[in-house]
Amino acid sequence: MAHHIEKDEVSGTQTTGHTWDGIKELNTPLPKWWLYTFYGCVIWAIGYTVLYPAWPLPGGATPGILGWSSRGQLAQQMEVAAAAQKDTVDKIAAMSVDDILKDPKLLAYAQAGGAAAFKVNCVQCHGAGAAGGAGYPNLNDDDWLWGGTPDAIYTTLKHGIRYTDDPETRDSQMPNFGIDGILTPEQIDQVANYVVSLSGEQADAGKAEAGKQIFAENCASCHGDDGKGNRDFGAPNLTDKLWLYGGSIEQVKAQINKPRMGVMPAWTKRLDDAEIKELAIYVHSLGGGEAPVTQ
Amino acid sequence: MVQIINTVDPQEVDRENATAVNKAENRSLYASREAIHPKAAHGRFRTFKWTMVIVLLGIYYIAPWLRWTRPGDAPDQAILIDMANRRFYFFFIEIWPQEFYYIAGLLIMAGVGLFLVTSLFGRAWCGYACPQTVWTDLYIWVESKIEGDRNARIKLDAAPWSVSKLSKRAFKMLVWLLIAIATGGFWVFYFADAPTLLHDLVTGQAPSVAYFTIAILTATTFTFAGFMREQVCTYMCPWPRIQGAMLDEESLIVTYNAWRGEPRMAGRKKAEAQGLKVGDCIDCNNCVAVCPMGIDIRDGNQLECINCALCIDACDAVMDKIGKPRGLINYTTADLYAANVAGKNEHWNWRHLIRPRTIIYFTAWAGVGLAMLFTLTHRTQLDVNVVPDRNPLFVTLSDGAIRNGYTVKILNKRQEPRTFRLTLDDLPGATMEMVGESGAKGTSFDIAVEPDKLKAVKIYVSTNDPEIIEHERTRFEFKVEELNPKGDAPAESRTYDALFHGPDGKE
Repeated sequence: MAHHIEKDEVSGTQTTGHTWDGIKELNTPLPKWWLYTFYGCVIWAIGYTVLYPAWPLPGGATPGILGWSSRGQLAQQMEVAAAAQKDTVDKIAAMSVDDILKDPKLLAYAQAGGAAAFKVNCVQCHGAGAAGGAGYPNLNDDDWLWGGTPDAIYTTLKHGIRYTDDPETRDSQMPNFGIDGILTPEQIDQVANYVVSLSGEQADAGKAEAGKQIFAENCASCHGDDGKGNRDFGAPNLTDKLWLYGGSIEQVKAQINKPRMGVMPAWTKRLDDAEIKELAIYVHSLGGGEAPVTQ
Repeated sequence: MVQIINTVDPQEVDRENATAVNKAENRSLYASREAIHPKAAHGRFRTFKWTMVIVLLGIYYIAPWLRWTRPGDAPDQAILIDMANRRFYFFFIEIWPQEFYYIAGLLIMAGVGLFLVTSLFGRAWCGYACPQTVWTDLYIWVESKIEGDRNARIKLDAAPWSVSKLSKRAFKMLVWLLIAIATGGFWVFYFADAPTLLHDLVTGQAPSVAYFTIAILTATTFTFAGFMREQVCTYMCPWPRIQGAMLDEESLIVTYNAWRGEPRMAGRKKAEAQGLKVGDCIDCNNCVAVCPMGIDIRDGNQLECINCALCIDACDAVMDKIGKPRGLINYTTADLYAANVAGKNEHWNWRHLIRPRTIIYFTAWAGVGLAMLFTLTHRTQLDVNVVPDRNPLFVTLSDGAIRNGYTVKILNKRQEPRTFRLTLDDLPGATMEMVGESGAKGTSFDIAVEPDKLKAVKIYVSTNDPEIIEHERTRFEFKVEELNPKGDAPAESRTYDALFHGPDGKE
């Protein structure tokens, strides 16, 4: 490639001397202000690396003389947010759950706050939509083991279920009817058929009839004579369509043989009272919440 | 000793046609801006440009102060972009964020409109309406009032620093700065109540973002209109590059009619006496002196030319003086120019404006405009959105019924409270429950919505109907009807198609 610099006749500008297939490149000079803009950016960048965290070094980047960090900024923003919310949070902490429900502004705040706390603390077992799963109750429905009033949910959250560290925890034990030899396998089969028939599902009528007596002797003390359960013991209603551990005869038999019983931690040690109230209100608002008990 | 036998005559050595690329005198990689001191022009286009400057600056500075009475608590500023409350007010129009497509439509119209105008009249935008042009014009006017016209300014530029020069320069920059502050200052008035904000700005109580915005716009106005001027158009703006694709042979562009002007010469009488061919151009350079872009239009159509037509004014004045017809430099098309070069005496007429390209641009532009006008006049003051719960899709209740959850959002765009009846339609046997209305069940609810507000209600729909439960999805409708509309406004209603999810044997 010939490096022949010449003056372009049309533009009056010199060429760079580069030619491709007869096309010559003009050596149009860059405006000086553009160069100064570039220098300006360089100076800005140097200033930036001095003021802000920048250079990676073993053991961490240079902190910058302003002492700014994204973590510190977050902490600051959280403080500002907490200060802005303080009045509301204090009110929630001071009021009963039932009273919060009557105040539309506090209610809206509590629902939003509870939803956020739920996503951090509860979704691990109850699922993101609070729909639960086998062994983990669905909080959207209208079936409650320990009660669905705002206050009952609040108590459950506060003290947990079968949580040994909390003396006030909700507690009950269903006996291991099968493996402890309280009932024979045949009796278990009969009572399981009876239990399944309570909610109107298909069951062996003869076995169910025989199971009725076994139920009255062994189960009614907790689940009630009519099988509708007892919330004082967290004994499920056996006549409805919802089954925590499955509603087939085999699943019911397994549950009688060696019952599985859920455990939920008491949240008092991990969350403050306002947060627990917000969670209670959020869970109550999921669609199955029961009306507060009026006294 | 080695004897060299194959010596060659120096004349026969292969020679390279090469020069050093980095030869010192060729090393100029950067060019300083050369100051342009445009001479004041007088004529039709200059008058038009002054009119544009006054009209456009007038709109810019006056618009935020116009008041427009609106009912209720709505702001009374005619044009207001209310970021905090997410509303855009334009006289009788109020736009909510979800109606942002109107802004998109306006931008499309602006874009296609620019294509249309460029294909008709070349860079009319650059020459007359672009803020860069308008503010530069204003700054040059200030400059000429303080420092004098072109020659005086060139002289002042070259003169050594003196008290007189310093005071002139300082005064000029002060006026420029005041204009720049006003420019930035009035920009923020479009985003808040202007009188209140002005008071807050003066008393130092305005939000810091307002001061920051004013500072940035002051700096850009001052530098762009005061010092960068044509550099912005030539090096920073993409439009000069794009406009090449918009122009065609029939676009009107500022043109030096070389076929009439050449050969140019100053001493025409002598040349005429010698029987030489003489063009109309007397090489007076007036067209160059008035050019704010610092170019010579006689070099032909070029990237830097903003088509402001000041050279036409300058040349016409000279043609009048020497008794030649006007239009040595004029607005003409490439086709007409070529025809005249070929000796045909053709003139422009309005029919050149109508051609497939401009018809297509105009149709697209008008189509978008009409579509926007239609939707704007036919839009309702009631909007309904329904967001179904997706997790869980449905909930089985203790009696075996299936429940779906929905968030129903009702937007009342009127500035008065309204009540709407929400009804469940096409889902026989199902009942609705509204969260917050303790235990109320039914198939319709009356919902009051505050003026200019959105109300979101959580609705649970449950059914025991095996027909519906068995299906994975069942279509139904939420119907929202206005109750007791005030005044002569007709009652508005909206329906929203929704889906009811059932277990479909999956559970």
